[in-house]
Amino acid sequence: MKIVVLVKHVPEPTAAWRFADDLTLDRSAVEGRLSQLDEYAVEQAVRLGEAGVPVEITCLTMGPAPAADALRKALAMGGDRGVHVLDDALPGSDVLATSLVLAKAVQRIGFDLVVCGMASTDAEMSVVPAMVADRLGVPQASNAAELGTDGTTLTVRRETDSATEEIAVTLPAVVSVTDQSGEPRYPAFKAIMAARKKPVQTWSLADLGIDAADVGLAASATVVEDTQPRPPRAAGTVIVDDGDAAGRLAEYLATASFL
Amino acid sequence: MTAVLVLVERGGPGGSPVRKPSLELLTIARRIGEPAAVVCGPIDEATVDFLAGYGATAVYSADSPDLDEYLVVPKVEVLAEAVRQAAPAAVLVTSNPEGKDVAARLAVRLNSGIITDATDVAAGPDGPVVTQSVFAGGWTVRSRIRRGTPVITVRPNAARPERVADPVQPAVQPLAIELSDRARGARVVNRTPRASTGRPDLADAAIIVTGGRGVGAPEAFEVIERLADALGAAVGATRAVTDLSWRPHEMQIGQTGKTVAPQLYVAAGVSGAIQHLAGMQGSRTIVAVNKDPKAPIFEYADFGVVGDLHKVLPALINEIEKRKG
Repeated sequence: MKIVVLVKHVPEPTAAWRFADDLTLDRSAVEGRLSQLDEYAVEQAVRLGEAGVPVEITCLTMGPAPAADALRKALAMGGDRGVHVLDDALPGSDVLATSLVLAKAVQRIGFDLVVCGMASTDAEMSVVPAMVADRLGVPQASNAAELGTDGTTLTVRRETDSATEEIAVTLPAVVSVTDQSGEPRYPAFKAIMAARKKPVQTWSLADLGIDAADVGLAASATVVEDTQPRPPRAAGTVIVDDGDAAGRLAEYLATASFL
Repeated sequence: MTAVLVLVERGGPGGSPVRKPSLELLTIARRIGEPAAVVCGPIDEATVDFLAGYGATAVYSADSPDLDEYLVVPKVEVLAEAVRQAAPAAVLVTSNPEGKDVAARLAVRLNSGIITDATDVAAGPDGPVVTQSVFAGGWTVRSRIRRGTPVITVRPNAARPERVADPVQPAVQPLAIELSDRARGARVVNRTPRASTGRPDLADAAIIVTGGRGVGAPEAFEVIERLADALGAAVGATRAVTDLSWRPHEMQIGQTGKTVAPQLYVAAGVSGAIQHLAGMQGSRTIVAVNKDPKAPIFEYADFGVVGDLHKVLPALINEIEKRKG
């Protein structure tokens, strides 16, 4: 079974992020890493193989040159090969362009299953899996907590707000997995070394037959009007409990009409 | 005036025919145009009147068992047909996992710009202006869509549902949908509804009480639930709590759980990790109880108590019950 895992190189979540002059996230200013939520996607792909289905796992990313680091990490976790879509025209691409590029690359790789994380930890839109699925013309299930497959159908268990659902998805398909799906493995030194020798191909937009005018900031279907730092919250009252804190808190809640 | 399509979610708590976030969307839609409700599933007169009460001037209805049995794509096909008929100024969908999937596929089919997780939507000279909270809630961004029919997913609690003074009788337009085979690729084989807690939904609760690792043990979490019941609140948990399986994942608030913005947020035994803050710092009033005076949550609290939550909360519950008489 051919599995493609979509992975994203994102700014370290604990770093101070800022906007670049073009009002996109300034990625050059902070250290990057493989999105933690994508690690769950790599993990699930590897586990499907360990469960007995012969799998070939390609990890796919698009992004500037440092995104290759995210690919290497995904390969160290158990991916077989990597594809990096790298092109000067890509920065600033919106989700329509991103999903277009990823879908074309997935098609070129060939796939039975595309596995994604539940969100990127930077933009956090959670729409790329559904958009890629629509472009590929295949079904998709989001937020899987558990995956299984017999090679023709993917079985998904997921928790919605009101129910536990079991879903049967006809392959080929796209699935996204949550951080409840199973802790990602921490690659051993040997695996990290071995990943350096795994094949990584770099593709340009021309390789994918995509016109550079259809991607990037200028082609974005959305435009940012302005950005504002959240006004700092007015300093609150902090009291140390001397036995009367509950009474004072109740008084505060009553004054604010919550009681 | 141009139509604004609203994808309506049926069945709210307390026997309401429509979920509260959909009423918020109808309220927001009135700022941009004339709300037109898109309803999947059977529709009766009472529901049409109810929607009219919140400003719907048209109702598109599609009824087929496939809409519940297959994930996402049937609803996308219904919405795409409604867009074709109504030529709307925007499509509004609730920002939850299913809503985002529907909106995402719709945007691809319309080749339209999409903005997710709106915390506010206003009319602008070049189309709707959408406010989002980004970078773990640290920044506010206003943006708009400049290509196609704007597709916007809106977070619950982005507006207070408001009835209209003079509802009009909406024209009900049945949509005949020929579902494609593509729409039947992901089938719900089994759906086990979770037992109701009797508490408000986290997504649209006015008050939330959240417990963190500082609660100490799964059985100790009961004090969080007792305070929630005293306040008529929903119960939340941090990722530490759900990872330890003290409480189920659907209670998790934060980056990989729910983003909430209630009127009052009470955090007990919560340190205030950035991933948690991202999911709750839009709350209007924040109260924190924590033993550690250096816990980051105190920087966000309107009222903080440095103390043992197992002393403070039971005493607070007593105070509240005393005041209630």
